[in-house]
Amino acid sequence: MHQLTIAEIIKGLREKQFSSVEITRHLLERIQQQDARYNSFITVTAEQALAQATAADERLAAGKAPALCGVPIAHKDIFCTRGVRTSCGSRMLDNFVPPYDAAVVEGFERAGAVSLGKTNMDEFAMGSSNESSFYGPVKNPWDTSRVPGGSSGGSAAAVAALLCPGATATDTGGSIRQPAALTNTTGVKPTYGRVSRWGMVAFASSLDQGGPIARTAEDAALMLSVMADVDPRDSTNLQRPAEDFTRDLGQSISGLKIGVPKEYFGEGLDSATGERVQEALREYEKLGAQLVEISLPHTHLAVPAYYVIAPAEASANLSRFDGVRYGYRCENPADLRDLYMRSRGEGFGEEVQRRILVGTYALSAGYYDAYYNKAQQVRRLIKQDFVQAFGQVDVIMGPTAPSPAFALGAKQADPVSMYLEDIYTIAINLAGVPAMSLPCGTVDGLPVGLQIIGNYLDEARMLNVAHQYQRATDWHKASAV
Amino acid sequence: MEWEIVIGLEVHVQLSTQSKLFSGASTRFGAPPNTQACAIDLAMPGTLPVPNEQAFRYAVMFGLAMNAEISKRSVFERKNYFYPDLPKGYQTTQLAEPIVGAGEIEIHLEDGSSKSVRLHHAHLEEDAGKSLHEDFQGMSGIDLNRAGTPLIEIVSEPDMRSAAEAVAYLRKIHSIVTYLGISDGDMSQGSMRCDANVSVRLKGEEKLGTRTELKNINSFRFVERAIKVEAQRQIDLIEDGGQVVQETRLYDADKNETRSMRSKEVANDYRYFPCPDLLPVELDDDYIEAIRRELPELPDAKSARLAGEYGLSVYDADQLTQERASADFFEAATRQCGQPKLVANWMMGELAALLNRKEIGIEQSPVSATQLAGLIERIVDNTISSKIAKQVFEAIANGEGDADTVIEQRGLKQVSDTGAIEQMVDEVIANSTAQVENYRNADEAKRPKMMGYFVGQIMKASKGQANPQVINKILKDKLDALL
Repeated sequence: MHQLTIAEIIKGLREKQFSSVEITRHLLERIQQQDARYNSFITVTAEQALAQATAADERLAAGKAPALCGVPIAHKDIFCTRGVRTSCGSRMLDNFVPPYDAAVVEGFERAGAVSLGKTNMDEFAMGSSNESSFYGPVKNPWDTSRVPGGSSGGSAAAVAALLCPGATATDTGGSIRQPAALTNTTGVKPTYGRVSRWGMVAFASSLDQGGPIARTAEDAALMLSVMADVDPRDSTNLQRPAEDFTRDLGQSISGLKIGVPKEYFGEGLDSATGERVQEALREYEKLGAQLVEISLPHTHLAVPAYYVIAPAEASANLSRFDGVRYGYRCENPADLRDLYMRSRGEGFGEEVQRRILVGTYALSAGYYDAYYNKAQQVRRLIKQDFVQAFGQVDVIMGPTAPSPAFALGAKQADPVSMYLEDIYTIAINLAGVPAMSLPCGTVDGLPVGLQIIGNYLDEARMLNVAHQYQRATDWHKASAV
Repeated sequence: MEWEIVIGLEVHVQLSTQSKLFSGASTRFGAPPNTQACAIDLAMPGTLPVPNEQAFRYAVMFGLAMNAEISKRSVFERKNYFYPDLPKGYQTTQLAEPIVGAGEIEIHLEDGSSKSVRLHHAHLEEDAGKSLHEDFQGMSGIDLNRAGTPLIEIVSEPDMRSAAEAVAYLRKIHSIVTYLGISDGDMSQGSMRCDANVSVRLKGEEKLGTRTELKNINSFRFVERAIKVEAQRQIDLIEDGGQVVQETRLYDADKNETRSMRSKEVANDYRYFPCPDLLPVELDDDYIEAIRRELPELPDAKSARLAGEYGLSVYDADQLTQERASADFFEAATRQCGQPKLVANWMMGELAALLNRKEIGIEQSPVSATQLAGLIERIVDNTISSKIAKQVFEAIANGEGDADTVIEQRGLKQVSDTGAIEQMVDEVIANSTAQVENYRNADEAKRPKMMGYFVGQIMKASKGQANPQVINKILKDKLDALL
């Protein structure tokens, strides 16, 4: 049962092949038996999951089942869940139980889904290896000595290890796509503003976007359909009504123009990884698509601009964690300054502190123009690159990550090499366009991800482009376990 | 040496919206601590701000009333600093692109002259909560009810040259915001707060002196006193060979002195940057024009209209229109009794004294406009004299009912019956032989003055109720008959 996709579970539940309680209990048992190896969950909500599954079975029996009724999924521990600890992978929020649900969590509840628990992540979503979590690193199910990518490493590993068919995730600079690439899963970062950020703990507000990780493009489309909705509580939400993102699945992609940016195949890309991506592009040609070489000339500026803007926003977003109202508070503070210094010094991990310092520096008097303003100018140029490219092509393709999963600890001492993990994903967040990663083969037994970038609000087409590839190939069916 | 004081004011006005600037929590004053702070106000993780449209409407109204430019596009920024009553660790405010740009208003001074003061800009921002340092055994309490309440900060150019001008400007701002109904303007509850930038320079000097910032001066009277005492401190300092240090100073009303608040002020770096949770707010001409059409009559216009319509002096009209409630009181009373000049005199005389004594505003006046008009009607129709009217006014203020009730119950009706008055006159003349003798022997020219004694005696005998004109006529006839 754990091998079923979401689409198959929906069918099985409606055809009464099994009940929601059965599959939920089965997955809870799997998590209990196997997750010690991966550490992909921070919190498992077994009791709540079974109650939700029971309710779902009743609705299924009554014939009043909403879209994902009875389907078990998991939420990244960045999404607030009413009454269930939401840690964001940090000691700072180890004791934090929100009195409200994130909009994304509400969406799955409305759709009747069952939540198995909360998945592990890099602390405050800062990281590309899931090693910065207060709850310990997540291990890649394909090779437990390697990282699963990050920051949504727990969600990706749980899906790859067949502990759940899909999980929610967030992507600020690649945090959905890079772990999807490293774990042979399919992950989608929607257009900025598609999915409400209400109740999603903020890292960098202008870049953060929620999305799904699943095993197929179809499942990702099913999940995205319940995640993207109007939400007046989020001022940056595009306020576009919910859509059926499966609507274009099955359309021919004959004549599709695929832009292949030369900047994504240069220095820094592992050659075997590059070959898998090239093979995928040839597969698309077989499906009738046309490859067009394009240029995204400001690509090389994306990482530096991102590492000014994201930490700058984070430095302010994380100021609320001060030990005063909720979250971690140091013991016996001597005075206010001591309360602040020790609560934040003890509550935040090293990478989070590094980014707060970088961001604070970038916003400081005398540096603001040279860093923050300059980075915003670069951001506009990068956006312009994509606007121009989509004047010529329908989608853009390239690698998701420069190489397959690396060993745990390999890049921890060198933050810059870690930051370069997101070299192909970061520009997409700066521009705000949608993108996804899907499996396209392996290198030495480790998965490689193909990245598809869509035009603004063109997720339905992007998902069909991925779906057509998955109909023609079996890479996504390869399992780690 | 002749010194010139230069003053610029930063005035914070709390907008009287129902809910907060970025959340749906209530802004009502005086609720138990932390009962009006929702998850957004508490800066819980994952919560997001949504701007309150009414706050923008109010800010635009204010800008239009100040003859200021209204920005079609305004941007919220984050002002970063740590303080326990600032839940997010930053204040959401406007800096580079505020909602209201440069403007100009006319202020009226006591000597009847006017002067123009330029507005630098006004911006929208959220208030912080309150830290309470008493009653917690050495710890601090935090009340976040106020956190997120919408404010407009109104920043003037350094155009004021005396404490009196600063007060006149502040009164004008108060008058405009209360006329617009965008704030209750209550300084005692912190709905209006004022920081003053004060510097001094030698008269004729063009360069501005080093300024100090006086924080949170919470009444009109303290604004005047604080500026005076700070300007004098600076002058004394310079005359003694010292230098003014740029710093924030606190006014101590009990000691009537200012003292340094934070010496490290200069080192503050608020790291402003545009708030990524909020989009720039764009207003179109239609929106702004619709608000302009709905603006109520403002103090200057109302003052001019009252002067023209009711023949009041410019001074009287200005005094009466300073507060909207006062102007409304005047118009209501005048409509009823048709005596604008008498209404104005009573409002600026007895009523103002009464309100001052009770330290209340005209909104809480124990004598209503209807009651004052009723009283004036009885003066005009000679039911009571002006002197008795003061007594009646006090009785109304004490809650004894309206003028007719008081006159009736206290039997204060003016006596104009010549028979009754004649009798009183005769009695007084009969009992005042010495004074009558003096009157008879006095010069023709001195006699009118000497009549005062007799009038006083008769008024006394009538308990003030006799009609003075009738007394005068009868008395003169009778005394002259004795010559």
